[in-house]
Amino acid sequence: MKLSKKALLTAVLFAAGTGVVQAACGITSGRVSIVGNEFPAIKSVAAKAAECAGGKVTVKANLTADHQKINVAGMQGNPAEYTSAIIANSSIIALMNEGLIRPLDDLVKQHGQSLSPSQLIKIDGKVMAVAFMANAQHLIYRKDILEKAGIPIPTTYEDMLAGAKVIRDKGLMQYPLSGAYKSGWNLAQEFINMYIGYDGDFYKPGTAEVSINNAKGVKTLETLKALTQYMNPDFLTHDSNAAAAEWEAGKVAMMNFWGSRTAVLQDDKGSTKEVYSNTLVSGPLTVGGGNTPATTLWWDGFTVAKNISDEDAVATFKALVNGVSPSLLNDKTMPEAVWMISGYKPAPVAAGVFATIKAGATPYPMRPYHGLLHTALGDNLSDYLQGKESAQQALSDIEAAYTAAAKEKGFLKR
Amino acid sequence: MLAMLLFIALPIASVITQSVFIPHEQVIVEVENCGPFGCEKSTAIDQEATNKLRQTQPLGRFAGADIYFDRAHLAINEVTEAWRESSGIVEFTGRLNNLPFYGALAFTLTYTAIVTPLSIGLGFLIALAVNALPRVIRGPTIFFSLLPMIITPLIGALILFWMVDARGVLGAGIQALFNDPDLSLKASTPLTWLMLVVYGIWSSAPFAFVVYYAGLQTVSQDSIEAAMLDGASRWERIRYVVIPHLLPLTTFMALIKIMDNFRVFEPIVSFNAGAHAQSLSYFIYSDLGGETRLLSSAAATSVLTICGVAVLLSPVIVRTWRNFGKRS
Repeated sequence: MKLSKKALLTAVLFAAGTGVVQAACGITSGRVSIVGNEFPAIKSVAAKAAECAGGKVTVKANLTADHQKINVAGMQGNPAEYTSAIIANSSIIALMNEGLIRPLDDLVKQHGQSLSPSQLIKIDGKVMAVAFMANAQHLIYRKDILEKAGIPIPTTYEDMLAGAKVIRDKGLMQYPLSGAYKSGWNLAQEFINMYIGYDGDFYKPGTAEVSINNAKGVKTLETLKALTQYMNPDFLTHDSNAAAAEWEAGKVAMMNFWGSRTAVLQDDKGSTKEVYSNTLVSGPLTVGGGNTPATTLWWDGFTVAKNISDEDAVATFKALVNGVSPSLLNDKTMPEAVWMISGYKPAPVAAGVFATIKAGATPYPMRPYHGLLHTALGDNLSDYLQGKESAQQALSDIEAAYTAAAKEKGFLKR
Repeated sequence: MLAMLLFIALPIASVITQSVFIPHEQVIVEVENCGPFGCEKSTAIDQEATNKLRQTQPLGRFAGADIYFDRAHLAINEVTEAWRESSGIVEFTGRLNNLPFYGALAFTLTYTAIVTPLSIGLGFLIALAVNALPRVIRGPTIFFSLLPMIITPLIGALILFWMVDARGVLGAGIQALFNDPDLSLKASTPLTWLMLVVYGIWSSAPFAFVVYYAGLQTVSQDSIEAAMLDGASRWERIRYVVIPHLLPLTTFMALIKIMDNFRVFEPIVSFNAGAHAQSLSYFIYSDLGGETRLLSSAAATSVLTICGVAVLLSPVIVRTWRNFGKRS
């Protein structure tokens, strides 16, 4: 008797509880399935969106560093496997090119009152994504090592190279620099950052023809090579996670690193006090005496798939709006990113991204064929960095690889 | 028969079809993109026009053999140019290696040529050794010999990847052994190739071991005793009795191993060795995945891989045909 009364009470409370959660998100039914990258900020957003689950609402999240390999294929089915992709300004292009995401203007009007206008990403006048954080690569440094070496905080890559030489000569560190230089997407990103710092143009104006085989391209390659001389020789296999591991092991003094991944380096897990308490952020670096910072600005945001039912689309939008609502911000999530959410108080770690925005950095190029150049760069830069070919040969290989891919995909005439 | 048609003939036909078609020309329009950092003029693909094109011609534009001959595959133009402009065979080979397909082919063929005989040989030696052990410890020894194959290839390679890192157990050990603090297996191309080949031998030897161990149980004791009576040493017994008996098994192993090794892929991914070693399968993977999705290019590389396997297997298949033809 007692047992069944308890069971009944539990069941009633559970049902009531579920009802309360549903009322908070305002979704009655629908399937929400998110795909995105796996750094801390996105994990927090997905976890907050998952709070809307219950009853007839299901929320799943597949967060992986390989999200760009699966999101296009995952959203092409009808119905799409993923109802939302959390993307950045570069990865939204692939979804746009294949027509996989739906305009959000109606959804924003009906359910997006808590969003601010600057969060809405408009392409050709239609809202295609809702941004919730800004990101950029900027300098991070070890305060204690720089002090011991007696060098100032670098503001240019030339300063960084000079400082690295001093640190090595003084015997403080053998490989004072690091970065995500893994052959492929990461290495290509470093090239793009540096080339922008040299004020280079990627394409002939008004066309999809690539034009990086010039003096600025050569200077970009030479600067990258000079930096790698001060890195762990395995740099071509080190992505952001490996570079972070190197940093936490206390082997690196300076690197150009993602703001969204820096909070991890400053917490007390995985490294000694000497390392994490001396890890500080600075602004972006310029190069070659230019004014444009050698970095790119990124926003991360969520999209809603096209090939899903309207019911799922509404559920997805509402769940993700909940995921980026002001209640997301607490002591743990505040330093994870530069949030574009009201109530965001910049933590010291966010100063790097803010400085990058203030310094007038350019957003990552959003052209539909830029992904092909990014891939061509990623595949062909490692030979030059290993000293196997000249800079001109590397640049001409990159241009040839891009041209072949662009011709195949129909961006250039055959 | 139906299964062969469904699972082999149809997919191959489908891949060949996809490799001769390429996507339509993109219709580009100027758009304005607005975001948190301001508005800028850019370009985007006109979805309506593209959809119309796709509905009228769903397969795409017919490209014939263009994809096969383009720079990412057989690179006919670049090869003829290199042939004309090179001053010698060394320079020609260097320029050929610079082309993605030929560079990948070089690694794939090297890997196949070295790993196949060595892993078969190593498996045979392990089988002989285990066969000579007393029964008591044979069981545990077999288990340990099989471990490299039981571990999921990706996990095994990942573990090795971290151990071989310049600051990992094996990497630091090798640096200490050769007294060279700059030595890093992951940083030099020849050493990476060596590491991948060693890993390939180590992880595929157990398969050869298992097959040969089973085969060794079928060696007739009469022949062995007759050889012992004739005064043959252990090595001579192996060479003149055991190995000829196991020849059909060796042919079978060579067939399987050549096919498997030509499709080498997992070690390159787990060791993050894409910068130093590419294989044909790795190219298919990079074309298929990611933002660019060059499907026609991946299809063409697949067809070329099938042709490559057929070419490599032709001697073994001819010999098998002859052997079985003789018996029947």
